[in-house]
Amino acid sequence: MNAAAVDKPSLDTIWHWLAEVPDPEIPVISITDLGIVRDVRWQEEQLVVTVTPTYSGCPATEVIAASIREAMAAHGIADAKMETRLSPAWTTDWLTVDAKTKLRDYGIAPPVGLSTGEQRIDISRLTRRAPPAPVVACPRCASTNTEMLSQFGSTPCKSLYRCKTCLEPFDYFKCH
Amino acid sequence: MSAARHEYLLRLGDNALILSQRLGEWCGKGPALEEDMALTNVALDLLGQARLLLSLAAEAAGNGADEDSLAYHRDDREFRNVLLVEQPNGNYADTLARQFLFDAWSSLALRRLLTSSDAAIAAIAEKAVKEVSYHLRRSSDLMVRLGDGSERSHAMLQTAIDKVWPYSHELFIGDAVDAEMTAAGIGFDPASLQDEWLAYVREVFAEATLKLPAAGGWMPKGGKQGLHSEHLSKLLAEMQVLQRSHPGASW
Repeated sequence: MNAAAVDKPSLDTIWHWLAEVPDPEIPVISITDLGIVRDVRWQEEQLVVTVTPTYSGCPATEVIAASIREAMAAHGIADAKMETRLSPAWTTDWLTVDAKTKLRDYGIAPPVGLSTGEQRIDISRLTRRAPPAPVVACPRCASTNTEMLSQFGSTPCKSLYRCKTCLEPFDYFKCH
Repeated sequence: MSAARHEYLLRLGDNALILSQRLGEWCGKGPALEEDMALTNVALDLLGQARLLLSLAAEAAGNGADEDSLAYHRDDREFRNVLLVEQPNGNYADTLARQFLFDAWSSLALRRLLTSSDAAIAAIAEKAVKEVSYHLRRSSDLMVRLGDGSERSHAMLQTAIDKVWPYSHELFIGDAVDAEMTAAGIGFDPASLQDEWLAYVREVFAEATLKLPAAGGWMPKGGKQGLHSEHLSKLLAEMQVLQRSHPGASW
């Protein structure tokens, strides 16, 4: 009987621990809320966590890997390896329902609708005939009388909006 | 085959890296806060794509190279980006014209790579195509807003397009590396993108009231084979100086 094997925490327990690791940019949601943890498995005595990055250049990716290793070490797992999986590509459709509520409460409007699989859009539809920016409700006063100020916001995953009712600017977690 | 694949990955990776570095030069100097953020966000996406592509190239080379050594310790002749992306930022219209022509090409190129027989390349394309579609939407929209904007913005953008246009031809000129990658089902024939690219550019130009430069004329090329303009050397000097002076420095 291998004593170490008996002592290995179950995968359910590890998922639970991972659900406590916050996203470094938006600490109100966890990395499992974000839907980027795709797989957890034991490979002999090594824990392998598979993560799909949100955006190719998102600087949070490396911080997330370090946070996962730190969290696992705190629970006594010294040997944790990160694997990156690019395909299928991350989409905001993977955000949990819970995450959307948490984002709104935090002051960030969650993605509206489902990701349209942009890579399949005909190129001739990408210009001005593209669908208009989605109607986003203000996370503070819930008014839908809002406008996009900039397609790009404070992080790669967000756009900048303004509420025309309460006059507050806010971040929109864009559909991707 | 592996030599051609290596070349191919360097070309794709260097296009993204060099354009990212160019856009990064705008950081803190954008004409408006929103534009500053947009340019640096696009730069960040491109840098991420460059890292994935150059890491893949380094991994296959198996000679101890990594993404950093490829970015910081190659000389200009070893870079494989097209001449278009190394062109200086100029004014905002120059930057925008360069970006639009590249985005329109990149969006088509990445969609071809989605079906690459090389699973690692297809996976990077799957990630990148979503980002580039977003970039193209923005640059197309700005072409229309500035082209069909004031008299001054129209004139500046038309001048910028006329200036950068010759560099777009290289995007569609294939060589032995392209032929080998196409035959292997890994890549695509550059010439096969031209009609679709031109149709899209024409459509946006029409809406932007911009004139398409005449066909033919001067068609500089050679970037893909390592023959660059002096602009690249200066860009590299700035990008590489720290790692050249202090190899391996990290913080």
